Amino acid sequence: MKKILGFLASRPGIIITGAVIGVLAPLLVYFGNPANMGICVACFERDIAGALGLHRAALVQNLRPEIPAFILGSFIAALLAKEWKARTGSAPIVRFALGAFSMIGALVFLGCPWRAWLRLAGGDWNAIFGLLGLFAGILVGIVFLKRGFSLGRNHAAPKALGLVMPLLAAGLLVLAVVVPLFGRGADGQAIGPIFRSEKGPGAMAAPIAISLVAGLLIGFLAQRSRFCTVGAVRDLVLFRDPHLMLGIVTLFVFALGTNLALGQFKAGFAGQPVAHTDGLWNFMGMMLSGLAFTLAGGCPGRQLFLSGEGDGDAGIFVLGMIVGAGFAHNFNLASSATGPSPYGPAASLVGLAVVAVIGLAFREKSS
Amino acid sequence: MSSDVSVVVDAKGLACPEPVMMAKSALGRAAGKSVEVSVDTATARDNVLRMARREGREAEARTDGEGFTVLIHAKKA
Repeated sequence: MKKILGFLASRPGIIITGAVIGVLAPLLVYFGNPANMGICVACFERDIAGALGLHRAALVQNLRPEIPAFILGSFIAALLAKEWKARTGSAPIVRFALGAFSMIGALVFLGCPWRAWLRLAGGDWNAIFGLLGLFAGILVGIVFLKRGFSLGRNHAAPKALGLVMPLLAAGLLVLAVVVPLFGRGADGQAIGPIFRSEKGPGAMAAPIAISLVAGLLIGFLAQRSRFCTVGAVRDLVLFRDPHLMLGIVTLFVFALGTNLALGQFKAGFAGQPVAHTDGLWNFMGMMLSGLAFTLAGGCPGRQLFLSGEGDGDAGIFVLGMIVGAGFAHNFNLASSATGPSPYGPAASLVGLAVVAVIGLAFREKSS
Repeated sequence: MSSDVSVVVDAKGLACPEPVMMAKSALGRAAGKSVEVSVDTATARDNVLRMARREGREAEARTDGEGFTVLIHAKKA
């Protein structure tokens, strides 16, 4: 067991993780998840925010099991590898803000970095602008890092703190299975939360058991291999280290192959599923996200895996993303298939300004 | 710290990519001599080891209390 756990942390491990995600994401689409959205950390956290009633956008409400399963898969892997460690205290409130703004940027683009690659692998060329924006955001983040940006050190915390996110994940899974209806309508009839879309992307989902198993497996592998869609680009630029990028390249190749095999590859700009064709705001939204993820130390998937292995600050980032999704829909910042919302572009610019100030203001490195 | 270690870096509790940036900058300051880096997670340990080996240096890690110490050996003459 120890050998397997160690092997998964090596170079073959990151390639295996990329391959498994690359095959499972299109398969989840095949089994019912929205097209080019087999896995999207931002979209699924947004759907969870909707299921909980933090926003009331009727088309995107679903308590997606993949997200809590990611946390629990990582939790199990970290326990087995003896890497589970409760820790917190590295500017949690700033991480909350970074999480919220990363979500606002992701919902202007309509996807997280994971989905950007998966959209490209499904033939959605709009994702090219999103990925260019992501790279731009990461490059700006690297400039801040080189100037000495740091959110400061975390420190060891009581075990109970590290259990908060795994327990929250377990609670979400219970709600996803039981689907209680807490709310009451005007005439007393039971309505959600828990909400569940009757049409639109929120109504499209693979069977819960399949989503759960896929999520647990990916969470387990990604904790071991440290899979990170933002670290991949960052390490390549900053250290000329291709390690994490191997995972992304493998993910893309396997997702492309699986999409072709399943007949899910449709090339073009127009009419792509859960996407719009505004190149500028695809770029700008993802630039905001990429910068926020870089300053927080990893992509939204990585934040979930870190929260599973006991990192309370990563947990705060995740909660920031979920609350950010609530704001994005309540304030009409999120894009739709017709394009950016009236307020999305302004929100992206405000977000870039806030995140840039964070990048400039936090410098407390000492060795 | 052994007496032949020229630069010591404490990267405990820092997020990616700070431990590797600090270790790399320390390698520059040490000008070929050995460097010792303290980290608190297996991820940071593996990242620092990978960076050191890519720089053509021998390196090893040992458990150190709640974390790890990575020793990057001096450049071979």
